[in-house]
Order: sequence, then structure tokens, then C-alpha cells
Amino acid sequence: MFSFERLARLRAAPTVFLVAALLMPAVALAQEAPDAVVKRVATDVINTIKSDPAIQAGNEARIREVLDAKLLPNFDFTRMTALAMGKNWRTATPEQQKRVTDEFRALLVRTYSGALNNYRNETIDYKPLRMNPADTDVTVRTLVMKAAGSPIQIDYSMAKTPEGWKAYDVIVGGVSLVTNYRDEFNDQIKAGGVDGLIKTLADRNKGVAAK
Amino acid sequence: MIATVVRHPAVKRACAMLAVVLVAGCATGPTANPDDPLEPMNRTLYSVHDAVDTAVVRPVAQAYVDVVPQPIRQAVSNVFNNIQDLFSGVNGVLQGKLDKAGDDFGRVLLNTGFGLGGIFDLASMMGIERGNEDFGQTFGVWGFPQGPYLFVPLLGPTTVRDGAGVAVRFIWGPAQYLNSDALQWGLYGLTYIDLRADALSASGLVDTAALDRYTFIRNAYLQRRRYLVYDGKPPPEKEE
Repeated sequence: MFSFERLARLRAAPTVFLVAALLMPAVALAQEAPDAVVKRVATDVINTIKSDPAIQAGNEARIREVLDAKLLPNFDFTRMTALAMGKNWRTATPEQQKRVTDEFRALLVRTYSGALNNYRNETIDYKPLRMNPADTDVTVRTLVMKAAGSPIQIDYSMAKTPEGWKAYDVIVGGVSLVTNYRDEFNDQIKAGGVDGLIKTLADRNKGVAAK
Repeated sequence: MIATVVRHPAVKRACAMLAVVLVAGCATGPTANPDDPLEPMNRTLYSVHDAVDTAVVRPVAQAYVDVVPQPIRQAVSNVFNNIQDLFSGVNGVLQGKLDKAGDDFGRVLLNTGFGLGGIFDLASMMGIERGNEDFGQTFGVWGFPQGPYLFVPLLGPTTVRDGAGVAVRFIWGPAQYLNSDALQWGLYGLTYIDLRADALSASGLVDTAALDRYTFIRNAYLQRRRYLVYDGKPPPEKEE
């Protein structure tokens, strides 16, 4: 049966769609795409390293400052540490979780700044990212081209968070950082509990060499 | 043909070593990693390797890097890589990856012919990528199990499957075709130092990153090999 009320609702429908369509890009723009995050951060860090005289002179403290400011905010270290600890994460106290995360972060920064010291004008090739708008977990693939020798594939596992896309694993030439540390963390916890793991990580960060 | 291979001194030595390894490795703890049932023995072998590496191999490789100019070291690497590419092509065929094998054989022809016997890697400059296949990967693609992880002093991390691959590769030469022992050993030595020099920065990285270097190297090696067998697209590992 004909009703004016239904007609009014039908007429309103296109307007609703139009408003929704106008709002959608604004929502999408608010969150930078994961591959765009990787590209922006990598370009920024590399440009800073190339142009900073203190870093060029081999000042590691300055490298760490740059990493702290530009790189680290784009990593989800809590998730990374939880993944590396596996089932031990749930049995650790919040205080222990925080300390492992802090020491693990420091260890990765030390390693990374050491690796950057070997940086020799490599260029990065960003692979096209195929993702659905609804995806909350993607892998961004890059290929680091060296002046000589075979290129190295570096992939970033990234998850959507309220503060944008953040990396929770780095896979270098097929070697996942998180997977590599899983056995190590497990062995340390088996031998000395979570506090043993914290102590080993802290020792390593103080420069005590591994066996 | 097989009899000749078995009678080869290198193979005899490898078999004897394998027998020792299998007998010695039976002592395993309850916490052992399933990929590394021989861990107690491997750890001993690793410490031997590490001592020799620290005292001799690493300093020699470092001296090689310090003394020999980069373009010459690059030429040496290129010549060895050119030989590797030939074997990569053979393994590409054995795995049925004819496109990849074609690239490798094309690389060898180009680099041997126009790159002065492989001194210049023209193929890479033209964007033809290396196949990076080897016998260990071929055995993996054929479905042979990986077998226990092994740490062989001087050779480094391997598995029974990869070790068999290295043995096959070793028998095929090309050093065997040199008729002077001195030349043969010289070639082995240079190959070795070239590889070790290439890994100097990586081993520095392990020193910073590892909580326990033995475990770190083992995990990285096994992950890397899995990735290579699946040509960079390994299926996801099941979570615990």
C-alpha cells in the first residue's frame, strides 16, 4: 500500500548514502596505509643518517636518539615481546612484562644501530601491498638492494592499532626476529624464570658478551 | 659410478664423521628442541668452532678485508658466485623450476663470456637475479626430511639433508679438476675466506643480538633454509 511515510524514507536513502560516501575517505585518510608508514619512516631515518654529521662521524648515541624519535614509535614492542615470550607472557606479572619489554626494546635498538653503522647506500624497493580495507594485520614487503651482492628481502608484519599501523615483527631474509627469540626466551625462562630472562637481557644491554 | 663416489676419500671421511656424530649424539635431554636432538654434542662442536674462528679464521678474514682492495675482493666473490650460479641452474632443473634455471644458465653464459670468466657480474647489473638454489634445497623440494641439525666445526650450521647437499656439491668440484694439491687447497682456502669475510658484519650482529649465540645461530639457520626451500614463501608455522 502506498504511504507517504515510506516514500519519505526512500527519498532520504540516497542522502544517507551520499553523506556516508563523503565521510568514508576522511576516515580512510585519517589512518595512513601500512606500506606508506614503512616507506615514510625508512626514508626519513635514512635521510637523517646520511645528513647528520655526528652520525657520519660514528656517534652511536646520536643514532639511538634518531631511532628513539623516528623509528620506535612505529613499533609495538609490547606485542613483539608477548609473541617472543609465548605462553610465559600470561604467567608473568605486569611489572615483569614491562621490564622484559623495556630490556628487549633496548637490545633491538643496540642491534639496529650497530647494523646501521654498516649502512652503505643501499636502496629500498617497496613491493606493492595487496590488502582489503577491512584487514587489520598485513605484511609489508621490501627488498634492500646493495651496491654489490644479492638483495635482501625485509618484511614487516604490521597490525592496526588506535594509533595507526605498527610493526610487531621484522623478517630479514626469511628469518623472523620474534621466532628467533622465542627459543632463546624460553630457554632463559626455563633456566632462571622470567627474572633470569630480565637479568640476561639487562647484562647484554650493559655490554656483557653472550656465551 | 656410485661406487666411485662412495670410494671418494671425501665421502669416506664424511661417512665416518656421520657415524661418529650419530653415535655420540644419542645423549639428549628432555627439553631438547625437536629439530636439534643432538644438541649436547652440537654445543661441544660449536665451542670448538668458535675457538678456532676467534683465534684464526676471523682475524684472517678481517686481514683479508683490510689488506685486499674492495674491487679485487668483489672480483673474487663474483668468480665463485659464477660457479655457484651454474650449480644453482642444475638444481633449478632438478626441482623443475625451468624459468629460474634459465636465468641462472643465462647468467653464467653472460658473466663467463662477457664478464671475463665471471670477474664482472654483468647479469646482476642487467637485473637478472641469482637463483640461489643448492642440493640441500633440492632434497627438501623432493620431500626428504631435514634430519637432525648439525654443527660442523669450520663448516658451520647444517642439517643432515643440507650436509648431504654440501657433500654432493663438493664431489662435483670444480676444485677436484685441478691437478695440483697446492692449487686445490689454495682454492678451498680462498673460497672459505671469501665467505667468512662476507659474513663479518653478520657475526658482529649476532654478538650484539644473541642471548645465547648457539641457539640464535641455529634458529636463524633453520628459518633461513626453510625460507629458501619454499622460495621465499614458506607456509605459516603452526603456533603452540
